[in-house]
Amino acid sequence: MSLATARKLRSSLAMAACVASAALGIAALTIILGALLWNGFSSLNLAVFTQMTPPPGAAGGLLNAIVGSLIMTVLGVAIGAPLGLFAGTYMAEYGRYSRVTAVVRFINDILLSAPSIVIGLFVYEITVLQMGHFSAYAGALALSLLVVPVVVRTTEDMLNLVPGSLREAATALGLPRSLIIRHVAYKAARAGLITGLLLAVARVSGETAPLLFTALNNQFWSTNLNAPMSSLPVVIFQFAMSPYKDWQNLAWAGALLITAAVLALSITARILGAQKTSK
Amino acid sequence: MTEAVLSDHVKAGGARARALKGFKLGDVAFHVVTKSSAIAVLLLLGGVIVSLIHGSAPALGQFGFAFLTSQAWNPVTEQFGAAPAIYGTLVTSFLALLIAAPMGFGIAVFLTELCPHVLRRPIGVAIELLAGIPSIIYGIWGMFILAPVLQATLQPWLIAGFADVPVLNDLFAGPPYGIGIATASIILAIMILPLIASISRDVFETVPPVLKEAAYGIGCTKWEVMRSIVAPYTGVGLVGGVMLALGRALGETMAVTFVIGNAHKIHASILGPGTTISATIANEFTEADGAMYTSSLIALGLVLFIITFFVLAASRLLLARIKRQEGR
Repeated sequence: MSLATARKLRSSLAMAACVASAALGIAALTIILGALLWNGFSSLNLAVFTQMTPPPGAAGGLLNAIVGSLIMTVLGVAIGAPLGLFAGTYMAEYGRYSRVTAVVRFINDILLSAPSIVIGLFVYEITVLQMGHFSAYAGALALSLLVVPVVVRTTEDMLNLVPGSLREAATALGLPRSLIIRHVAYKAARAGLITGLLLAVARVSGETAPLLFTALNNQFWSTNLNAPMSSLPVVIFQFAMSPYKDWQNLAWAGALLITAAVLALSITARILGAQKTSK
Repeated sequence: MTEAVLSDHVKAGGARARALKGFKLGDVAFHVVTKSSAIAVLLLLGGVIVSLIHGSAPALGQFGFAFLTSQAWNPVTEQFGAAPAIYGTLVTSFLALLIAAPMGFGIAVFLTELCPHVLRRPIGVAIELLAGIPSIIYGIWGMFILAPVLQATLQPWLIAGFADVPVLNDLFAGPPYGIGIATASIILAIMILPLIASISRDVFETVPPVLKEAAYGIGCTKWEVMRSIVAPYTGVGLVGGVMLALGRALGETMAVTFVIGNAHKIHASILGPGTTISATIANEFTEADGAMYTSSLIALGLVLFIITFFVLAASRLLLARIKRQEGR
């Protein structure tokens, strides 16, 4: 075999391996989604949205878990998003080249991928232990700590994309700096900021680990923020691990709901982001 | 009349001064608020570390360094050791990388070099979307679907196939449980695959086309271009991406908890059940009674946080380096 043929053969083999791994990877992910859709839809019915989580062996739904998830996610985002927005604003607008910003960016990137269960332990230490009981407040706080790094990151990136000439034009008109940021920079980066917010919601809506020992779980209808509250991911965890078929089916239905919500959020975020860049 | 005009003027001047003062106050306030928010992010990390150290102090005080090496995990006698959990965390993450890194690179090569242009964006977007699916989904899929399949097919085959091969027969030994270290590693691999693939693709795209074209121009094959041009150019970024995925895998909780088996033992066989740090915390924290039990679990959390902190820090430094290279 000539050298050229050998080289071509080796190249073809390597490229075939690449195609194979792509096919295999995509197949695996398709199988997961397929199984999720199949099991999820076959367990999905109206009762899932209208009834409470049942005791084993009884019929029921996920209403309290869905509502609990919504409450804690909204509350978590309401706490975490402003903090992240302001921090990101400082990094992009006031301290773009300062050392503080470099350090905060580094730490924030680490927090972005830090194990969420450790965040749960932290919130357990500072709230549950101090208050003496599990509560939805603690759950929301844990989620908010996961929102912060996502929002910081996108806010900084998006504000950095705003052209400096816009700020200079506003400065030339005599606008104070805080107004420039709020009325010019934020407006110019609005689509990007909303994208970041949606990504943050998508990130926390599937989080289970930090809720396990902060919000705990609640089998009944509860909107009391000072008491344990049910949430979809925790219910999925509990029901899927159980030996009862009814519970396992509800877990699949819940899993489908979460995945649908997360995918819808990230696709919306992506479309918004694409509009922003195409303009 | 003049007086009226004058007083209007003074009034207007007063309003102007007030408005300017208001602007100034708003300016300072906004600056302070944003700066303290940025500092708060730093304090957040500090708070996490301090509270974990505080929470784990009783356990670490009692067991000392033996906590890291002891295999004991007995809530009744209150003897706790982290070795099985640390071992499980490291082994599952390492095996997951062993599977996912080559496949992720392969997918990235496919997306940047081989895939028809029409399909590049859709497949790329699909992979990025999959990276955002909550880990609990991978977990229940692993428990209900993958584990039974592995138990019936791959695991008996491995056990029988390597029964006479030294070393490997210890690695693949015992009854096929379905759940265990190997299953957890496979789930983790599937979970971090989109992450590695999308980072590697981004990193590959930083290679200046001129470099590749020059290599093709002197007659290199695709494989030679990838190996001798793209890989050296992007090496740092690839390692950074893999480290980032490693950080995720180490701290991953839900995908692992379902299928790991929660056994506080170090088995030679990777098919046996084990545990990881995060799975132990997730499974046992709410049931832990007694200060020493809780404190030991928090100490596990501290160990996990320290490991992932260094892995993630290394990954960020490496990825920052390729970004600078790109800017040059």
